[in-house]
Amino acid sequence: MASVARLKAGKPRTGRVIGDKFVGRAIRIYIPLLALLVVTLFPFYWMAVTSFKSASELFDFSVSPLWVREPTLDWYRHLFTQTNFPRWAFNTAVVATISTLISLFCSILAGYSLARLRYRGADSIGWGIFVTYLVPPTLLFLPLTFVIRELHLFNNLWALILTYPTFLIPFCTWMLMGFFKGIPRELEEAALVDGATRIQAMVRIAIPLALPGILAAALFAFTLSWNEFLYALIFMNDSLVKTIPVGVTQELIHGDEFFWGELMAAALLGSVPVAVLYSFFVDYFVAGMTAGAVKG
Amino acid sequence: MASVTYEHVTKKFSAETTAVDDLSLAIRDTEFMVLVGPSGCGKSTALRMLAGLEDVTAGQIKIDDQVVNEMPPRDRDVAMVFQSYALYPHMSVFDNMAFGLKMRGSPRTEVVSRVKEAGRILRLDNLLGRKPRQLSGGQRQRVALGRAIVRQPRVFLLDEPLSNLDAMLRVQTRIELQKMHQRLGTTFIYVTHDQVEAMTMGDRIAVMKDGVLQQVAPPREIYDQPVNMYVAGFIGSPRMNFLPVTISDHLAKASGFELNLPKAPGVGRGILGIRPEHFLPTVSSDDAVIDLKVEVLEVLGADQYLYGKVGSDDLIARVDPQLKVSVDDRVRLGVNMRRLHLFDPETEKAVF
Repeated sequence: MASVARLKAGKPRTGRVIGDKFVGRAIRIYIPLLALLVVTLFPFYWMAVTSFKSASELFDFSVSPLWVREPTLDWYRHLFTQTNFPRWAFNTAVVATISTLISLFCSILAGYSLARLRYRGADSIGWGIFVTYLVPPTLLFLPLTFVIRELHLFNNLWALILTYPTFLIPFCTWMLMGFFKGIPRELEEAALVDGATRIQAMVRIAIPLALPGILAAALFAFTLSWNEFLYALIFMNDSLVKTIPVGVTQELIHGDEFFWGELMAAALLGSVPVAVLYSFFVDYFVAGMTAGAVKG
Repeated sequence: MASVTYEHVTKKFSAETTAVDDLSLAIRDTEFMVLVGPSGCGKSTALRMLAGLEDVTAGQIKIDDQVVNEMPPRDRDVAMVFQSYALYPHMSVFDNMAFGLKMRGSPRTEVVSRVKEAGRILRLDNLLGRKPRQLSGGQRQRVALGRAIVRQPRVFLLDEPLSNLDAMLRVQTRIELQKMHQRLGTTFIYVTHDQVEAMTMGDRIAVMKDGVLQQVAPPREIYDQPVNMYVAGFIGSPRMNFLPVTISDHLAKASGFELNLPKAPGVGRGILGIRPEHFLPTVSSDDAVIDLKVEVLEVLGADQYLYGKVGSDDLIARVDPQLKVSVDDRVRLGVNMRRLHLFDPETEKAVF
């Protein structure tokens, strides 16, 4: 009704229109976004704030827990000198990086072949991989424990490097299959007629075009292995081979005694690499590289 | 430069779907051969088998005298232009055109000079550094052609290369393609569903339907002597009039007229085929005459089409645009007896 009235008045009151628009956008977009941000960021904020509090301030309930009065780096110093945290971080990085690379290599080949090559049973293999992904690790760890024991890999980083791909490869393969299917088949056919072999067509045409998908898969795989808890808990008992999630929860909590300062500092540091990676590659998720390839 | 031979080639995608059925076709060196037919007639599949993108179910495909059935695409030395152009979106125009040469290990200087030359011919000189998405449809189409010509292949395969262009650009590119064919002196195999492209560009035309080759002949012959009703109806626009007739000796009777056939066909029933352009405005004593009741008329400037009824049969006639006609008029038209076709109603094959 308001807009009709303005039209009749003949002279649009632009200030008012912009104001209305802003209120509308605020209600539809900014307020829900803000609520979401608060909910998701609050744990991080709590983690950060707590990790900078001194021991006395940590348990002082007379002041607001949402702020730090005397920030200190004691917990961080403590974490790096009194615990095996640096070693855990190194272990986590090694395991996450290598298992991601192995998984990507296998998934690119598997995803490409399932999407492109016509061979007998391709569909059933595709579904098989998907179903594998659905088997929960809480069931899978039993047989895997047996395998790891037979291989004498307990307390060895290779136990994790080899088991993580069991859930990363199905996940990445399924994801990359979709990306490869999205690339027009004719592009590779053109390359084949142009003189490329199947492998060259894949490496020179399909992979560069699937790069956004490959990076996304890499990121997810890296995050999943960085945060993985169950297998690491079962296969790693020696403090020196633990990963961050296991080390932090096992060695910074003794019975009912929580070392809150170190816990929060370690948790914060543990989430930094993943956050940095995401901020670097977020553009790739939305990049539409195939625009302009075919008629349009 | 090479000849291409299909010998009893069949392609089945499954037990039920036969895309190409026993195709035998000999394409001569330097010939411009057009495969034409409606979508799903197997023309693209025939082309893709020659390129090596589809397996051959039965029969042989030869380039020159060499059977290529099992040869991978890269060794066949053919170049293909796709309907969608299939340009590599992550590469510049230059790299798109250079890709085939690089894959074949041509020396850098030769790659540069050949791509530059193709760029000059196709007026892409200023666009070599651009990405495909920064080009217009016509420019992309020229890059796709450029990618084919830099290779200097034995055979050019073109799969509906003009169907994504607008009408004006299509006519222009049609002419450029013909010039290119003359200049390069290479065998061209061109797939289209557009009979105008087929008629204007082909040295010979192969008309296909449901995977089966109907007729191969130069355009004029396809037009003048179609072997069956399908070819007669597919080539020519508006399509040929088909009128069922009963025949006794020389005399053919349709629902609204009768005429004396030039020779006795020796059959009792037939389907008379008369192209819309083969009616005569003036009637002389020995011509057959029809009496057309006009229902719709279209004046196109150079032509005038009359849509109406003769007896109970629908008929289209092309007449002089100067002829003053209005709807519901009855128009007397002569039938050009030399251009008359007669088809067998059972087999649909041409009697004459």
